Amino acid sequence: MANVILEFEKPILELEAKIEELQTFSKEKEIDLSEEVQTLQKKVETLKKSIYGNLTPWQSVMIARHPERPATIDYIKMIFEGFMELHGDRFYGDDPAIIGGIARFKGQPVTVIGHAKGKDTKENLVRNFGMPHPEGYRKALRLMEQAEKFNRPIITFVDTPGAYPGIGAEERGEALAIATNLTKMMALRVPVIATVIGEGGSGGALAIAVADHVSMLENAVYSVSSPEVFASILWKDSTKAQDAAVMMKMTSKDILSLGIIDEVIPEPIGGAHKDLQKIAGTLADSLQKALNNLKQQPIETVLEKRYDKFRSIGHYISG
Amino acid sequence: MFKDLFRKPKYVTVHADTARKDIPEGLWQKCPECNEILYSKELEKYLKTCVKCGYSFRMGARERIKATVDEGTFVEIDADLTSTNPLSFADYPAKLAKTQEATKLKEAIVTGEAAIEGKPVVIGVMDAGFVMGSMGSVVGEKVARAIERAIERRVPLIIFAASGGARMQEGIISLMQMAKTCGALARLHEAGILYISVFTDPTTGGVTASFASMGDIVLAEPGAVIGFTGPRVIEQTIRQTLPEGFQTAEFLLKHGFIDMVVTRTQMRETLAALLDLHVSGGSENG
Repeated sequence: MANVILEFEKPILELEAKIEELQTFSKEKEIDLSEEVQTLQKKVETLKKSIYGNLTPWQSVMIARHPERPATIDYIKMIFEGFMELHGDRFYGDDPAIIGGIARFKGQPVTVIGHAKGKDTKENLVRNFGMPHPEGYRKALRLMEQAEKFNRPIITFVDTPGAYPGIGAEERGEALAIATNLTKMMALRVPVIATVIGEGGSGGALAIAVADHVSMLENAVYSVSSPEVFASILWKDSTKAQDAAVMMKMTSKDILSLGIIDEVIPEPIGGAHKDLQKIAGTLADSLQKALNNLKQQPIETVLEKRYDKFRSIGHYISG
Repeated sequence: MFKDLFRKPKYVTVHADTARKDIPEGLWQKCPECNEILYSKELEKYLKTCVKCGYSFRMGARERIKATVDEGTFVEIDADLTSTNPLSFADYPAKLAKTQEATKLKEAIVTGEAAIEGKPVVIGVMDAGFVMGSMGSVVGEKVARAIERAIERRVPLIIFAASGGARMQEGIISLMQMAKTCGALARLHEAGILYISVFTDPTTGGVTASFASMGDIVLAEPGAVIGFTGPRVIEQTIRQTLPEGFQTAEFLLKHGFIDMVVTRTQMRETLAALLDLHVSGGSENG
């Protein structure tokens, strides 16, 4: 796949091109420019730190939606062994926008479920850009209840712009499918761990994220709606999405400080797509730690804490 | 998405919720559905439904409670919970203050204990006139507390929904209210307590996708728009016009998502009959 460069990354790229130019030049002409190259390389590092370390919320959205950003399937391949995908909701169909199945995590059987974005346009058309229909949520719930039956922990990956807004989705009960998952997940008698790996858009994201441990990758975003929808609702102008992204407080840092998630998982500089191996390793460590912690507690305690975690979210005053 | 859901009335009138008795108002109103000219007093008598076609005009939370529960039995709970501004959202406090002034409500839901035909209930009624009936921290908290109270008292829960969805100004915190209310419902379910959910016009977004859809018995008023995504967003996404009657109560009935479409004038007795079939809030052995 061609490297996709985001607008704000261009200064880094330009500098890197310059370094390359110098190196070629020095080789050809046999002139020692190593000092200049080193200076520039230092400059690139500083630039990277200053750009990636101070991303605007909209830049985070761009990274979260990056076409090369690792998707659920990548983490499944990197982190789990022997993944067997299971299909269908047993009512209507199989939704390719949600992928789920059984695998081993550090030797232990677990159920893995995640939104599935495609790698290219063709796959995205099949996977509906990771926007599930009701049957996707029902498949997820079926697999979660199956996990409960066999006492398997559940690990979910959240990466969706939102549940699909379409006629069929409404006819088959998108709202009910989401509501049912929210209700049933709260009572699942196995540990549930959710990670927002890219976009966590609205109820369509939350429907697989009612979990004991919720984390976000550093450049992931999580919000009540996409910034475009938010702007169109509040200002009747979806082009103001960049402003919306600021106001919504949707970055991992903001969401953590609002007390909605438990952990932010650091990404390689420039984003998860720059080093899949590294981010997969960091994510696996986080999952293992969370899982070990949950497994040490009686399930009643886990359930009580899960309830309290969501029950306590809210800002209000009396009077 | 939300505002456009609210079917624009083709007539000019003071909004039902904000119309106050002491303000001299048109003696007559026109039904937006069948164009029948309705005498305002008559309209009040029939609980704001058109005598000719049954069209339900929007109804505020206080009016709804009055029309639903036994006179003098309603005791409001958590009346003074109000929103803060967790995202430091510009203009949000001012918008709330203005809405509170206009609607005489503190938030988009009124909750309390009451009786219907002598049977005790915990009841919550949403008001679409308050920031589109959207659910933020306060709505989520009041719904959760109402559910917990129903569990504690072992009495049935009735919620009339009317909402454009999650309250945008409280961002992710609004989204989490969906999990919070559904979580409380999971406990209500375990406790074997009856929950009757009533959809009124309009109910969409995060409220449809959380507590409003989860009733043991789900009722809806005729013609109420009920859905997850608002029609405008769907049309923009799929680039085609939506079929006639899409996302109405009747559409949902046909597709299997609600139990009954009940006219407003029949609502009280329908609720009473259902309550009568569920002694002490749920199964007697529960």
